[in-house]
Amino acid sequence: MIAFLSELAVALLILAGSFFLLVGSYGLAKLPSLIQRLHAPTKSSTLGIGGLLLASMLHTWTVEGRFSIHELLISLFLFLTAPITAHMLAKARFLRSRAEAQRLPPTGRPADWATLEAPEREPARN
Amino acid sequence: MIEAAALIGFHAVAAAILLNLYRLAAGPDVVDRVLALDTLSINAIALIVLMGIAFGSELYFEAALIMAMFGFVATVAFCKFLLRGDVIE
Repeated sequence: MIAFLSELAVALLILAGSFFLLVGSYGLAKLPSLIQRLHAPTKSSTLGIGGLLLASMLHTWTVEGRFSIHELLISLFLFLTAPITAHMLAKARFLRSRAEAQRLPPTGRPADWATLEAPEREPARN
Repeated sequence: MIEAAALIGFHAVAAAILLNLYRLAAGPDVVDRVLALDTLSINAIALIVLMGIAFGSELYFEAALIMAMFGFVATVAFCKFLLRGDVIE
């Protein structure tokens, strides 16, 4: 009974994870502009890969009888790095597209958006 | 039951990779292509993890970890190059 329930849980986690991965990639191919396209892989694909890694952990624990938390390393790494990549991609987009940069709201401070400001000149090295 | 779920998962992730390849070829801007590459690396990790479940081997874990690290470093290097015109200043 326990074996059946754990197999069922692994199968459901695999199905949910691959479904969310497919949804993320479908959004990447389907949505009209880049800033909207950024939403699909960063949220949905991260959730999908988290589900697959949980399924892998549960599989090695219950079916093969070894307890492994290796997969937590990958999911922790991906959960930490996905916001950073999304942030850098959005910054690159706002720097490259003049029309996108003009749609940004005002900052409310004397300084402009940091991405759009001219880089400070480095002092000349001797 | 796990074999059937893994088979469905393989098909779903393969379809996701095909959609990523479409965006990689068609993306109007460079940033689109970088985003498609990042998602492609995540889907490759998912494929490796699914193979580890389906074939019951521990060896696939290291490959998935290395894919995760290299995917992140590659995306950050691409974005850094787009933002500053240089990777390491």
